[in-house]
Order: sequence, then structure tokens, then C-alpha cells
Amino acid sequence: MIALDFPEINSILRWKDIFPGFNKIALIAVLAVVISTLIFLLAVRQDHKEAPRGIRNFAETIVEFIENGVVMQTMGKDGLAWTPFLLTMFMFIYLCNVPGIIPFFQMPATARMAVPLFLALMVWVIYNVTGIKHQGVGGYFKSTLFPPGVPKALYILVTPIEFISAIIVRPFSLAVRLFANMMAGHILLVTFALLSEALFQAKDKVLIPVGILPFFMLIFLTSFEVLVAFLQAYIFAMLTAVYIGGATHPEH
Amino acid sequence: MEAIARLVAAEITPAELKNNAAAASAGYAYGLAAIGPGIGIGYLVGKSVEAMARQPEAAGMVRTTMFLGIAFTEALALIGFVVFILLKFA
Repeated sequence: MIALDFPEINSILRWKDIFPGFNKIALIAVLAVVISTLIFLLAVRQDHKEAPRGIRNFAETIVEFIENGVVMQTMGKDGLAWTPFLLTMFMFIYLCNVPGIIPFFQMPATARMAVPLFLALMVWVIYNVTGIKHQGVGGYFKSTLFPPGVPKALYILVTPIEFISAIIVRPFSLAVRLFANMMAGHILLVTFALLSEALFQAKDKVLIPVGILPFFMLIFLTSFEVLVAFLQAYIFAMLTAVYIGGATHPEH
Repeated sequence: MEAIARLVAAEITPAELKNNAAAASAGYAYGLAAIGPGIGIGYLVGKSVEAMARQPEAAGMVRTTMFLGIAFTEALALIGFVVFILLKFA
């Protein structure tokens, strides 16, 4: 009835270079950095003794959200020094996710593996180094690989599992979670957009009104992506906080 | 026998056969990977709602833990999705 060919996967994920070595993904990443820096620079220019207004309100809301929603819930009061780092992470990932639904961008920068993988490796280095700094090399590996309260004989089983989950799987799952979520959303949007386009242009006139259905689905998915973009940035920041908190304060 | 004869007659090349098998197993990979996390997330959120209804003052803490749990559970389904992409397109 209708011929619908899904395009080659690379044609919806790979972008031509705007100029050599700089494509849309890089543009979005650079914009994310510039916009988040601008928000906080403009906010900090206001006199902090007066009541906050305009952009400062907005910036303070985000900072408070990170402090109360991420740091206090996972690391407690000692972790408040990590707020700037987590805030940077959150803003960067959120502003990289959101272009997936902004017209003309239509592509989350985190849907290419390079961005989430780099962020995850950075988090991996940071929580390992923090753990070693706080507990010493021996202490850190002892508390991660030999969790207390386990019968001695079980360490044969527990230690390899802990090693794989804490050292290898953590950065991998952190990267894959963000990447797969954003790419799945992108492919879903492409699928429904193509389906409704094909139905609206169908030769068989009966099919044209049917195209309303995938179009409504497309609208629904777009608003769902608003939620996913925020949630993934939040979860990434929170997991970072949990890993850092776990490295600084071992279980007793 | 008839099916095999038709297969031979249609002269499916090995590359096509591989593509077809990859497409079919890609579907199974994601479908199977979604079962466990689906049950898991349902159970997790259900229990969290129970906890929040029982103790509304602890709702904030329960919600944070719930999101963490969802993130860990969901990762399994997402790895299945990545396998799907790898099988289908790579």
C-alpha cells in the first residue's frame, strides 16, 4: 500500500562537517558550554545583597535543585563542595539533550557515543582519584573490593563481582544509559515523523486521515522527550554524586 | 522439504541470509531484554508508591532512591537496545 523505507542509520545520526572537524554535534556541545556559562555569568553580575530577579532567580533555582535534590540526598552536608562540578555536569548534559527536540537542531549531542563516553570516563577517574585521596590506595581498594560484613570464605566470590561492578561496569553503564536513552528517543521521533509523512503523502486517499495517528504519537513523544532530557541529566548527576559519595565515605 | 526446496529455488545468497537472521535476532534481542527490566521497574515503582503513601514525609528520599533504582534496572533494557542497533545496523 505504502512504500516506507527507513533511511540508512548513518543518515539520521551522522552529520556533515560545517567546516573541517566541526559538525552539528560539536556545535551543540559548544553552544551548551557557552549558554550555561552565560547564564551563570549574567546571574553573578547582579548585586547579591538585593532580592534576586530575572536570570538570577533562574540560576539560583538550578543551584538549589542540585544542592537539595542531588547532593543532600546522596552525599549529605560534606558533599556540598561538589555542587559546582555536579552543576556543570547537569547543565552540560541537559543542554546537550534538549536540542533533540528543538527545531533545526533535531539531534541530541549525547546520542553520539563520544560525548557520554567521555563524561563517564571523566567521572570514573574523578571518583577513583577521590577515593584514593580520602582513604589511601590500600584503604580505597580494601573498602571497594572487600566490603565489610561478609564471611571470609565468600570473598572468593564477592571480590571479583565487586571489582567488575565498581571498576568496569560503572563507567560503561553510565555512558550507555545516557547514550541509549537519547538515541532511542531520536530514532523514535524519526520513525514517527517518517511514518506520518509517508501517510500524508500516500497515493491512496483513504490513508491520508490515518496519518493523524502517528502525528499525534509524534507530538506525545516530543513532550515525552522533554521529560527524558531532564531525567537523564538528573540521573547522570545523581549517579555521579552517589559514586563520589561512596568513594569518600566507605561503608563500615 | 518443500520449504527447503523453495529456499533453494529462491537462491538466497549467504549475505542475505545473514542479514535476515540478524534482523530477526535483533527483534528477539530487544524483546527479551525488555521483559526483565519491565517487571523490575513496575515492581520498583509500585513499592515506592506504597512507601510514599504510607509515609508521605519520607517521599523525597524514597523518590531519589526510586530514580536510582530505575536507572540501574533500565540499564539492562538499554543494553538490549544497543545490541539491537548493533545487530541490525552494524
